[in-house]
Amino acid sequence: MGYRAGLRAGAGFALPTFVLAVSFGVLARQLGWGVLAPIVSSAVVFSGSAQFAIADVLGAGGSAAAAIVAAVLVNARFGVMGVAAASAFRGGRLRRAIEGQATVDASWALANRGGGRFDRELMIGATLPQYVAWVAGTVLGVVAGDAIDPEALGLDVLFPAFFLALLIDELRNGRQHVAAAVIAAVVAVALIPFTPPGIPIVVACVGALLGLRGTGR
Amino acid sequence: MTAVWTSIAVVAGVNFAIKAAGPVFLGGRELPDVLVRVIALLASAILAALVVVGTFSDEGELSIDAQTAGVAVAGVAFVLRLPLLVAIGLGAVAAALLRAL
Repeated sequence: MGYRAGLRAGAGFALPTFVLAVSFGVLARQLGWGVLAPIVSSAVVFSGSAQFAIADVLGAGGSAAAAIVAAVLVNARFGVMGVAAASAFRGGRLRRAIEGQATVDASWALANRGGGRFDRELMIGATLPQYVAWVAGTVLGVVAGDAIDPEALGLDVLFPAFFLALLIDELRNGRQHVAAAVIAAVVAVALIPFTPPGIPIVVACVGALLGLRGTGR
Repeated sequence: MTAVWTSIAVVAGVNFAIKAAGPVFLGGRELPDVLVRVIALLASAILAALVVVGTFSDEGELSIDAQTAGVAVAGVAFVLRLPLLVAIGLGAVAAALLRAL
């Protein structure tokens, strides 16, 4: 397949990535992040779920530690994806570490060839347009942020809805995933009124352990 | 602002390490099966918690409002196999319309 096919495949994800990035820029601006922090965040973190998790926790008054834990846990899935795709990477350790940064949800899924094989060139090619769209969208969101009232436009719906879409995809993987999600959701709802922001998300991780046990495998 | 920059810097570093770990250390090797399955379920658990907190938590209180309705609309649209962007867009429009009423 190769880089060129990856670029084409990744271009299809550029528009939704761009729109999500605009909403991130707007929301971060509204939360008082200023101009530089949201853009730097998109350039160096390059992860919608992690950046929204940080904004979510800090925006609700949580501490940096709670925001970091939530964001890192959200991104733990990339560790699994990296392990799954590990054999496709070539060259020295530094090169493999850098090329591993191309691991994002859509690209990883596109590069999956089945039977544990992955197309490294396709994954890198697919990630490049998404990276450009992510940073460019954030810049636009930050610059236009003052002119936009996110709630009047319903933009506060975007990131919970984005997580919900990712979740629905996850749930299609089977009953254990549904069990883990239901337990996590119940735990989170129960803790919201009583704990600092971010804590419900961390404690809800027991859903993963209980989901595995609950289905007896 | 310190909390913002601290969070960005630490998450960027840890995120780099998370993504690098597999390719650097585990090329071709297999993790214990149980561990892989727990980590795979972690995404479902965390995403569910993020949806719940993002949708129902309003400054530490449980609340159901226009945002909740918008997220629900987006979820239904996505289950009906509408494209991600369309589904999320419909949710945003629904919340905006409810607030404009």
